[in-house]
Amino acid sequence: MTPALSIDHLFVRYGRTDVVKDVSFSAKPGESYALVGESGSGKSTILRSVVGMVRDWRGKIEVDGMPRQGRIDLAFARHCQMIFQDPYASLHPRRTVDATLLEPLKVHGIRDRAERVVQMMQDVGLDPRFRFRFPHQLSGGQRQRVAIARALMLEPRLLLLDEPTSALDVSVQAEILNLLVRIREERNLTYVLVTHSLPVVSFLCDRLGVLRHGRLVEEAGVSALRTGTFAEPYSQELYDASLGAGDRDLAALQEATRGMGM
Amino acid sequence: MTEPLLQLRNLRVTFPGPRGPVQVVHGVSFDLGRERLGIVGESGSGKSLTGRSLLRLLKHPAKVETDRLIFDGIDLNALSEKQMRNIRGARISMVMQDPKFSLNPVMTIGTQIAEALRVHENLPRTEVKTRVRAMLDQVRIDDPDRVMKLYPHEVSGGMGQRVMIAMMLIPQPDVLIADEPTSALDVSVQAQVLDLIDTMIVGNGMALILISHDLELVARYCDRVLVMHRGRVVEELEAGQLHAATHPYTKGLLAAVPRMDETRKVLPVMDRDMEYDQ
Amino acid sequence: MTPLKLWLTADAPTSRWQAQAAQAYAIWRSFARNPLAVLGALIVGTLIVVAIFAPVLAPYTPVGQNLSMRLMPPSAEHWLGTDELGRDILSRILYGARITLLIVVMVAVISAPIGLIIGAVAGYFGGWTDRVLMAITDVFLSLPKLIMALAFVAALGAGLQNAIIAIAITAWPAYARIARAETLTFRNSEFIAAVQLQGASHLRVIGVHVLPLCMSSTIIRVTLDMAGIILTAAGLGFLGLGAQPPLPEWGAMISRGRSFILDQWWVATMPGFAIIIVSLGFCFLGDGLRDVLDPRQRDGR
Repeated sequence: MTPALSIDHLFVRYGRTDVVKDVSFSAKPGESYALVGESGSGKSTILRSVVGMVRDWRGKIEVDGMPRQGRIDLAFARHCQMIFQDPYASLHPRRTVDATLLEPLKVHGIRDRAERVVQMMQDVGLDPRFRFRFPHQLSGGQRQRVAIARALMLEPRLLLLDEPTSALDVSVQAEILNLLVRIREERNLTYVLVTHSLPVVSFLCDRLGVLRHGRLVEEAGVSALRTGTFAEPYSQELYDASLGAGDRDLAALQEATRGMGM
Repeated sequence: MTEPLLQLRNLRVTFPGPRGPVQVVHGVSFDLGRERLGIVGESGSGKSLTGRSLLRLLKHPAKVETDRLIFDGIDLNALSEKQMRNIRGARISMVMQDPKFSLNPVMTIGTQIAEALRVHENLPRTEVKTRVRAMLDQVRIDDPDRVMKLYPHEVSGGMGQRVMIAMMLIPQPDVLIADEPTSALDVSVQAQVLDLIDTMIVGNGMALILISHDLELVARYCDRVLVMHRGRVVEELEAGQLHAATHPYTKGLLAAVPRMDETRKVLPVMDRDMEYDQ
Repeated sequence: MTPLKLWLTADAPTSRWQAQAAQAYAIWRSFARNPLAVLGALIVGTLIVVAIFAPVLAPYTPVGQNLSMRLMPPSAEHWLGTDELGRDILSRILYGARITLLIVVMVAVISAPIGLIIGAVAGYFGGWTDRVLMAITDVFLSLPKLIMALAFVAALGAGLQNAIIAIAITAWPAYARIARAETLTFRNSEFIAAVQLQGASHLRVIGVHVLPLCMSSTIIRVTLDMAGIILTAAGLGFLGLGAQPPLPEWGAMISRGRSFILDQWWVATMPGFAIIIVSLGFCFLGDGLRDVLDPRQRDGR
């Protein structure tokens, strides 16, 4: 089976240094793959190279068996879309939800636009009442739903997610994560997710790659994450640091608080 | 029983809106001793506004009213803006979310920390320098003499935040308000910074108000937690009693966080439009 | 609250049109809070009304000579007096509003789009495109406006039309600079990346997504520049290189009144007042627009 995304010996140069060094991995169709790492690990840069937002890369990137060149053409746009971290920065400030969602349809000359917009808004759990609101009249969660809807308008097969929930509140994050799980099931999408949050990976992904200083140090199944059994010491370190932020169980938490001497 | 260090009664914050004034904080009250108090809430809950109101940092068009705002026997409401400036920094100081925006980009770190000290105390130059070096040492910066000569863009996020903490703590304030001090930092650095704040607070016998969206993080570093929702304190908890939370909002917040060993297919979500009674 | 106001402040507009109207209403509300801006808008509004209804408002014809009434001081008959050919100065100023408005509008219509497009293209593509376009812009920017306008009029020949072209040629570089600076702030932003990812062509990205965002700062700058444009036009008129007699152009009127400035002060002073008031009006309006349209100041709300 052709992988939905395959990256082979990828190097990305930024200024004079390589920020991504010899990274290879692939995601099967229908799989949800996560790239995790701290800031500066090069995880976002990899996604940006795939879509052509970063140009200075060497190696091989294949999307559904088609090697990537620099340009974004219409066929690629229909195949692969991206969702960004900051829903405040990823929507045009002067365009209504309606205009934002219509844009891909206009670019691709797709008909029945109004029906499709309303349908898509319902699919991502946005009240159609919000159709003519501007981004500043929406909450962070609603904006991220608009961004997801925009990415889905062209019915892509591969969705690249760059920290899709890290700018959101906890309860909103839960909603968006649920939505992402649901639409992947409904539409049989492939996800490649970039995040620093391991619990999010645990909820959303099947497999993960751990990046450090631009190198892929380990690839593991999500079961390794759930049990905390990584092969590489760095992955384990990352795991330990993430514990507690979202997942220490309450008894252990109590213990920790008592231990600090109140 | 002595008077609490800080007493806040019935804080209300109002902003003008296109359809008349909108009240965003509805009567928040608490007492703060020399302890670590956490304020938790999501965006729009009014937690940051509460923190800023304590320092009277909110400016027009925000309207801030309190029935009582007393710090160490001083009625902060009665102070002039000039007297208030003497309180800010010297007695109550604040660490903000992102050190990138809080540090002056064209001043070296050493100068900035020294400046924070000089504004409030009149000290000879050599004394200032020793104090700055000692402070950087305390926030566990390895090579203080080198770091003092650096500009903010030359240090990492975690180091920047440590510099901020040094700057805020050098005048030896009584209260430190930390508003999301680690949300701009990597997980591994977050713990270091919070541990540092914790040690400094406990070591100097200060009071801490830690404002964050992360309930469990706040519970780990505080003695007491106020949960805010839509401008109201919906629940007050002992940090160790998180599991005993009774309020549906607090419970919802705790359940919505994905866990490392996540097996749930769907995360529980809250009804966002729910209005809770106090 | 009236139904109209409720409709304008609705939090869920039901049509594109209502959304736009609500947006405009919000802008108007913050604009109305600034008294100087409203004054500026009133002055500019008056200029437009006067220009349209000059034939109705003017008591005399602007070119009708009456040598027996030469250089009469302001009186009940001639509110602002008469000039050296016995023409009513008030009527000439009212008709002159048409010329002023024509100059201002034509200059804006010619120079703003040129500047916007050059700036947006330079900022969006960057690299060599940017360097070449900005080098050309800088050449124009580095020469003093009036001198350059003078040179162009001298080359093209005196006259109102050529004056407009000359001023437009000197005005666009400033807009190109602004549009470029504005474009650079969001060229790498995620919302532009998102449209590119959808396969939109560069032309579409610039035309539909980039230009509208540069628009408000350009409108502000154009409005603020209007005063300068009026003064340059008046300067050209004063030097006899702009509108030709007997057209009642304000600058030319001052120029002719110069000879009588000591004995018949009103001949030169009245059109001078007109220029000052209208220029100030545009300045106030521009400042007010900056407060409400500038995205940096609107973000906080």
